[in-house]
Amino acid sequence: MNRLSRLLGLLVAARATMRAARQRPQPPPSRPESDFDPRRRVVPSNRRAETAVAVLLLLAGLFGVGFTAVYVALDANTQLLGIAIGGALCLLAAAAIVAGKLVVPQETAVEERGPLLDEHRVETVVEVAEAGGEGISRRRLLIGAGGVCGAALATAAATPLASLGPTLSGLHETPWARGIRLLDDQGRPYLAGDIQVGAFYTALPEHSDPEAFGAGLLVVRLPANFLHLPGARRDWAPDGIVAYSKICPHAGCAISLYRYPTYAPTSQQPAFTCPCHYSTFLPGEGGRVVFGPAGRSLPQLPLMVDSQGHLRAAGRFHEDIGPSWWGVHRAES
Amino acid sequence: MNLIERRVHRRFERAARVTDERLGVMGAIKWAMRYVFPDHWSFLLGEIALYSFIVLVATGIFLTLYYVPGASQVIYRGSYPLLQGEQMSEAYRSVLNLSTTVPAGLLFRQVHHWAADVFIAAIVLHLMRVFFTGACRKPRELNYFIGLTMLMLAILEGFAGYSLVDDLLSGMGLAIAYSVAMSIPLVGGQLSTLIWGGPFPGSDSFLPRLEIVHVLLIPAALAVLISMHLAIIMRQHHSQFPGPGRRERNVVGTPMWPAYALRSIGLLLAVAGGLFLLGGLVQVNPIWQWGPYHPYLSENGAQPDWYIGWLIGALRLMPNWELVIAGRTVIPNPFWGGAAFPLLVFGVMFAWPAIERRVTHDVRRHDLLDRPRDRPLRTAIGAAFLSWVVIVFAVGSTDRIFYRLGISYTTQIHVWRVGIWVIPILVFLATRSICRSLQRSGAHPLRAWQGEVVRRRPDGEVYVVADAVADQAQAEPAEPPVGTVPGSGDERPPAL
Repeated sequence: MNRLSRLLGLLVAARATMRAARQRPQPPPSRPESDFDPRRRVVPSNRRAETAVAVLLLLAGLFGVGFTAVYVALDANTQLLGIAIGGALCLLAAAAIVAGKLVVPQETAVEERGPLLDEHRVETVVEVAEAGGEGISRRRLLIGAGGVCGAALATAAATPLASLGPTLSGLHETPWARGIRLLDDQGRPYLAGDIQVGAFYTALPEHSDPEAFGAGLLVVRLPANFLHLPGARRDWAPDGIVAYSKICPHAGCAISLYRYPTYAPTSQQPAFTCPCHYSTFLPGEGGRVVFGPAGRSLPQLPLMVDSQGHLRAAGRFHEDIGPSWWGVHRAES
Repeated sequence: MNLIERRVHRRFERAARVTDERLGVMGAIKWAMRYVFPDHWSFLLGEIALYSFIVLVATGIFLTLYYVPGASQVIYRGSYPLLQGEQMSEAYRSVLNLSTTVPAGLLFRQVHHWAADVFIAAIVLHLMRVFFTGACRKPRELNYFIGLTMLMLAILEGFAGYSLVDDLLSGMGLAIAYSVAMSIPLVGGQLSTLIWGGPFPGSDSFLPRLEIVHVLLIPAALAVLISMHLAIIMRQHHSQFPGPGRRERNVVGTPMWPAYALRSIGLLLAVAGGLFLLGGLVQVNPIWQWGPYHPYLSENGAQPDWYIGWLIGALRLMPNWELVIAGRTVIPNPFWGGAAFPLLVFGVMFAWPAIERRVTHDVRRHDLLDRPRDRPLRTAIGAAFLSWVVIVFAVGSTDRIFYRLGISYTTQIHVWRVGIWVIPILVFLATRSICRSLQRSGAHPLRAWQGEVVRRRPDGEVYVVADAVADQAQAEPAEPPVGTVPGSGDERPPAL
């Protein structure tokens, strides 16, 4: 304790010394001010400028008539309408500017700036305001009661916000569950044999809303040399076909780029890339992020092939699809 | 005065008298008519923003007459052949119909879109003028804060506006906005499901809510803030650049009536005319090409409007850090680029007047502006900060650079992750040294006056005039001869 107080004292002393040592920089000096009087007034009496303004006004009127004419007779052509009304306004602008610069008197005036601060007024206002509380003896009680009342009413006013929601529950749900068939965007079920190596397919769930955030899937077929799923997911990829949520776990865009090696020895692995912020995921490694801002891997959906050869989900997503948030269920960590 | 002129004069006088008898406003009107505006081109930037806002309101009213904020899915059977039979939201169909079948509908929609781009550009340029000339110092801090608030609201307003269309591009933007809202620590999930009425893409109430925000709440807030901004300017008077006869305690310039009013109306009309020409002739946001939004679709090479570019750049540049503690995702990645970065940028700008006051210990009232070079430190800090934001903005287009020039996207990102910290330092050093050398040479970088003023005293001695500004002020006659060429009233000395 003693040592602590001595240390504190030392710190205070050091701060005082530093302050004393550091010279307060002075504000920069004001500029020298000249006594030059810039006031002047010129009356142009410019007949040619007046004529020019009149011509411009008439031309602007002509363009205005043109607008109505285009609207009525030329099927409201967007370009011609734009030229007509834009031209009319520009000509009118030219008329106003020419008038403002060459027709009316040109004046350079000087206006004094009064002071903003008036000490006397400040004092008076404070006095008048305080005089309003004259003779009140139970000031604290009144302030306290007012505070209680204000807090209660503010809470009451904020309460209806609860009727807006929030409805957090749906955040962990997707339409996918065991047995749901994968359809294409025309509503036809995918056969396992439809899925070709090197292309990607968008799949939607059978019998549910395709507009749901978690509806869209990316489906690709990978040859064995590119397929290195984590141990627990070995049987999620029948015939090398894997499915992932189409929604990027970074910022919710639909992933729409698929990079597939054209010459295996020099190319990189197959990868999905999101076109919004270019997060890149490896479908062969359980959706691992290899580039870009996504903070977690792409959620994978286990697949199976039924007796008719159709692709079906073999279960739910094991983590949340879509962007991360405080309560997101993550697969790793 | 001939007969007609006398009659007009009498009517005019009568109208003024009738008004004053009832309202007693002639004093205020006289004051407003004699209000002096300093002449400098950079003072027009704020006016351009104001006039773009007027165009936005005018064209926006037209658009609200046709827009339907409906999320329910319909089959398109309209006049545009390429989308026949497509499933789309009612909202998208209404904008499609507005653009293809309503006469002048496309014109108004494109003018509205262009006006939003120009509005925010003008605000940003105006903000730069205010910052680099020190106009945000006492007594104008409050107006500077109001301006910054308006810039934030304008960006939100623009984003809300193009999101209403529910085309593929705006749907992707909303998905990103939802993700950024979700990423707010602790409350993100609750907040975004509250706004969207449930998990993305949200309930049927979302688009009507967004429409009310776009056509009522933010425009009303902007209108109130614009009124406050102008009222405070009128109370404090415009600041002005130093020059002959210009002092801290006066304003030198053109009075409102008649010359300035005419010129300013001219600017309003020119802004409106330019925007209508753009809207008629230069295609912007051709939504029929993007197609309707569905969560499982996206397009490649998508670019937002320019004022969102810095946010997409920040989201792209950020490494994939996420703070996860005990299975809780405390800070999801989009928070860094989508929320923390813009908050930091605006936070620094809001704090600037206090920072500068702390460094300079200058608490005086300033009505004369600084030339940027005369405050090398402020100018250099501002330029470095600006370059920091501009780099992030530029990163938003790295995919287009890859597409056009073939420079690898990953290489670009890796380079910029270093460049973002190195380049602002270089910009700081370069700007400071340019400011100092300009101070020494006294040259104007654009209107280059490179010479020296030499004078001879009556006794024959020749000397070099050190301060050309003061010299010209002395040399100029106080009362110029009547009948000089009009328009020469705003001559500035060469060194300014």
